[in-house]
Amino acid sequence: MTIPMEYGLWLAAILFCIGLTGVLARRDVIFMLMSVEVMLNAAGLAFIVGGAARGSADGQVMFIFILSMAAAEVSVGLALIIQLYQKFKTVDADSASQLNG
Amino acid sequence: MNSLFYIAAIIAIIATIRMVTGTNAVHSLLYLIVSLLAVSVIFFLLGAPFIAALEVIIYAGAIMVLFVFVIMMLNTGSTGVKKEHELLKPSTWIGPGIISAILFGEMLYILMRPASHPMTSPVIQPAAVGALLFSKYILIVELAAFLLAAGVIGAYHLGRKEKLSYHRYLKKEEPTT
Repeated sequence: MTIPMEYGLWLAAILFCIGLTGVLARRDVIFMLMSVEVMLNAAGLAFIVGGAARGSADGQVMFIFILSMAAAEVSVGLALIIQLYQKFKTVDADSASQLNG
Repeated sequence: MNSLFYIAAIIAIIATIRMVTGTNAVHSLLYLIVSLLAVSVIFFLLGAPFIAALEVIIYAGAIMVLFVFVIMMLNTGSTGVKKEHELLKPSTWIGPGIISAILFGEMLYILMRPASHPMTSPVIQPAAVGALLFSKYILIVELAAFLLAAGVIGAYHLGRKEKLSYHRYLKKEEPTT
């Protein structure tokens, strides 16, 4: 491939910003968690692009760590969503703004 | 090869936008899976076949199945869709959109250098990744194991239902919503 490395980084930046918009604008917690996944995936894409441009395997190793972190984060986050739904009968993030146990 | 990259990139961007702006949770999840598959195509083109396989198996397979389970358990249905339609007014989008656009402009400004490295793709074999993973980064592998263990315990603890207590003094009061 003769595509410059910047294009891959631009793609990562675009995906990251779309995910950030989703986290900021949506109030459904499931959608917010999905947007966080998009952001993590974009960060991993930036690592892979950097590793590919230098021809080293370090970027791929970092992506594996991001993957394991995303798995742990999603499991805890989804458990929190279930707890939120059991308490408030909704998945609206605003319903949990009181923090009164 | 070049056109494959551009096609996959456009599909990833469109699918992600549809995911963020969708109202039905399951449809959004399917768009997210499409986006992840497109990104995995890009990983394959960049000479990282191992990571492309991991992306499909773990991200699009395991993590998205978790999402599907939770959406099925919650089963918000058509009321959720109606409520999401109310959220999708321009006034709720314009602030976060501007913030993200500013951030994206900054990133573009940083990346606006004369094009330097081509994304050459000597395929990096999984053996090289594994050798690096278990020699130089062995400490971080162990820390990731700790993190996953903490995630398992946390998910078990948080996802557990509260025990039903039959004594009236032990009963917690109902949440007032």
